[in-house]
Amino acid sequence: MVNLIIDGKNVTAQKDTMVLEAARSAGVNIPTLCAHEAISRSGSCRLCVVEVKKGNRTRIVTSCLYPVEEGLIVDTRSERVQNVRRLVLELLLARCPKSEVLQKLAADLGVDPHPRFVPDTDKGKCILCRSCVRVCEEVVGVSAIGMSSRGSHKTVGPPFKEASSVCIGCGACVYVCPTGHIVMQSTGDKRKIWRRTFKMQACEKCGKYFAPVDQLKFISKKTGTPYKELAVCTECR
Amino acid sequence: MKKIANALDLRRVQEDLKKNFDPNKKMVTICAGTGCRGYGCIKVKEELEAELQKQHMDVEVRATGCFGFCEKGPLVVVHPEKIFYQQVKIKDVPDIVSKTVGSGEVLEKLLYRDPYTKETVLKEEEVPFYKKQHRLVFGQNGMIDPTRIEDYLIIGGYSALAKVLTGMTPEGVISEVKKAGLRGRGGGGFSAGVKWESCRRAHGSPKYVIGNGDEGDPGAYMDRSLMEGNPHSVLEGMIIGAYAIGASEGYIYVRNEYPLAVLHLTLAIAAAKEAGLLGKNILGTDFSFDIHINKGGGAFVCGESSALFASIEGRAGEPRAKYIHAVEKGLWDKPTCLNNVETWANVPIIINQGAEAYASVGTERSKGTKIFSLVGKINNTGLVEVPMGITLREIVYDMGGGIPNGRKFKAVQTGGPSGGCIPERLLDLPVDFDKLTEVGSMMGSGGMIVMDDRSCMVDVAKYFLAFLQEESCGKCVPCREGVRRMREILEDICAGRGKEGDVELLEHLSTGVADGSLCALGGSAPNPVLSTIRYFRDEYDAHIRDHRCPAGVCKALITYSVNAEKCTGCGLCVKVCPVQAATGEKKKPHSINNDLCTRCGACIESCKFDAITVE
Repeated sequence: MVNLIIDGKNVTAQKDTMVLEAARSAGVNIPTLCAHEAISRSGSCRLCVVEVKKGNRTRIVTSCLYPVEEGLIVDTRSERVQNVRRLVLELLLARCPKSEVLQKLAADLGVDPHPRFVPDTDKGKCILCRSCVRVCEEVVGVSAIGMSSRGSHKTVGPPFKEASSVCIGCGACVYVCPTGHIVMQSTGDKRKIWRRTFKMQACEKCGKYFAPVDQLKFISKKTGTPYKELAVCTECR
Repeated sequence: MKKIANALDLRRVQEDLKKNFDPNKKMVTICAGTGCRGYGCIKVKEELEAELQKQHMDVEVRATGCFGFCEKGPLVVVHPEKIFYQQVKIKDVPDIVSKTVGSGEVLEKLLYRDPYTKETVLKEEEVPFYKKQHRLVFGQNGMIDPTRIEDYLIIGGYSALAKVLTGMTPEGVISEVKKAGLRGRGGGGFSAGVKWESCRRAHGSPKYVIGNGDEGDPGAYMDRSLMEGNPHSVLEGMIIGAYAIGASEGYIYVRNEYPLAVLHLTLAIAAAKEAGLLGKNILGTDFSFDIHINKGGGAFVCGESSALFASIEGRAGEPRAKYIHAVEKGLWDKPTCLNNVETWANVPIIINQGAEAYASVGTERSKGTKIFSLVGKINNTGLVEVPMGITLREIVYDMGGGIPNGRKFKAVQTGGPSGGCIPERLLDLPVDFDKLTEVGSMMGSGGMIVMDDRSCMVDVAKYFLAFLQEESCGKCVPCREGVRRMREILEDICAGRGKEGDVELLEHLSTGVADGSLCALGGSAPNPVLSTIRYFRDEYDAHIRDHRCPAGVCKALITYSVNAEKCTGCGLCVKVCPVQAATGEKKKPHSINNDLCTRCGACIESCKFDAITVE
């Protein structure tokens, strides 16, 4: 076990725990957008930054990626930390002015849209946190979407912005997206996502459309479970 | 080349090569670096060979690595007298062959003429550009054909490797490099010896060494010239490093836009392998090490170590948080020691000279030399290798020959896009890692862009921020969005839309971007803004408050007019103006219609009487 101090509190955490988790377990709230328990960490949203002191050296680190250390002194709301957090929110509000999640987070932290930043109109609600890309690669295992271009031109989506042939329409990306940018429409026997329309499977018992045929086929192939068994919704199984 | 069996055999091979090379024999060397190639040196070389054959002279023409004095290329040296010719053209070739090579006659018109004393200079080392240089790393470039390993062996190449493999322990090598005080030449300035030691101690195998040749700063090309001009020096350094660290594999990451560097490195690796200096059982010992070339796609951020690893691993070049150091978990999560190619090229010198001799050059905490690429508003564009601690004034005026067209020096930008602009009053600053950082700039990898009084510092800051916005990988918010917003504000200021408080806002954003960014690209991105605000605040104020660009650069804030007293009515401006804004009758003062004028500057460039003023 490792002993450290977070915002003046003595905290004990297991080795290899990240400062973010250690803080949360001690009741210290650190805001995050791109950290999700289902996927690896990326450290891209920068909201979770904290100031750590080791010996005489103080620096800003990403708490979702910084492992706890013996004797570490962590300040989660120092002036420097709040300055970064305010800036990140101001920048994100200017990028995604319509995101309700960002609006609420900003309100919670007392941050207003910066008057000098002209709001973007073409970025939707996407903050480019990569959560969708990571879940598609790490959890689903199909890598149907990825990042393209660089810097401020960066966008997320299937290769060449065409309908992806490997997407199974599972919607995991929608589930992990912190800002609700990804749109998935399920109506009747059809589901639309990432420019593709998927045929839905009706439950063989209750008749409810519950999952895309492609997703069930993928699971069947991957696990060896006969498709017939999977064609029954979880409630009827 | 035949395989070299062991260290003793290497010495024998070197001596045989020396015996067969008569230093008093006639030879012509011609710089075949990228700059001189641009001037057409390859055609000059072919012409030299043809002319020598025509005149029945059996004289070698050797295309060598970069001499550094790019301003005056193509550069030719006639040996053994070492007569230094500059700006050689094809039409000069018959005279060079018949007169200089044939009978030792010096062609005055091809010699370098000192712009101050107006006297000609016979030899390279007497040219003021070279006089104050200390060419430890670059000095051999002019003698070797980088495509031939023999040329490197003849000047003692791979002796340091033999010395290490036969008489030094890995720890001994590390201790020597530490004692020499070698610091990373890629910009970080971290102690190479300490890095090697940590990597040696790290658990895990295999271990990797990496030569970072992903030079991307605007205007910087010293790594390029090193890889092109003396690739074996980089390889030898890396092989020694691998031995010290216990690495079995290495990569050189070089950008694909450097085709000559890629070619010369590829040839060097193949030749070194054939000679038994690289690969399995190097020089007959049980030490084996191999080097691969990884061609980069030209992303500036891939010079950052963790992005570089990602790129080699086949992923997008994006940095990751480095809370676990690369020496422990780097490439493929294995212990990795990454150094800039210039750092690696210093290693054989340290081993050959000994740490003490090496450390006798430089300042207290920055040892050895540093190669800078001197570009911008400077008379002698080129690559200079100087001892650490030399002043900026010596570089700009003694080597660089000052500012062209009698204009006034304004600032020198060091450290690339992450560096800062240093004003005239700091010209006597000794150049080393710490001093440059103290004044708000940095050593970086060695770019040095000189600016004159016609450079607008707000425009310069805007330029670098635009570069960084383009080159940001886009992974983290402060760098991707913050740098963009800073650039937008700078653009507003340059366009006359600046607002009171913008400078303070830029400073505020700078702090957040520097503190909040994931890697050093974002961490240092605000430097060009901060340093120009620090030293040229009055220019920002002039743009914002008076809607005036003192340097006459920002198009929205300037007007062109004709000084009727100076104008002779020659009509040249009328001819060059692309939008017919300049008009006037022959031999009568002309005028410029500012409603039509696009401030392209063509008239100013063309006017021989300095009659067009910018306000």
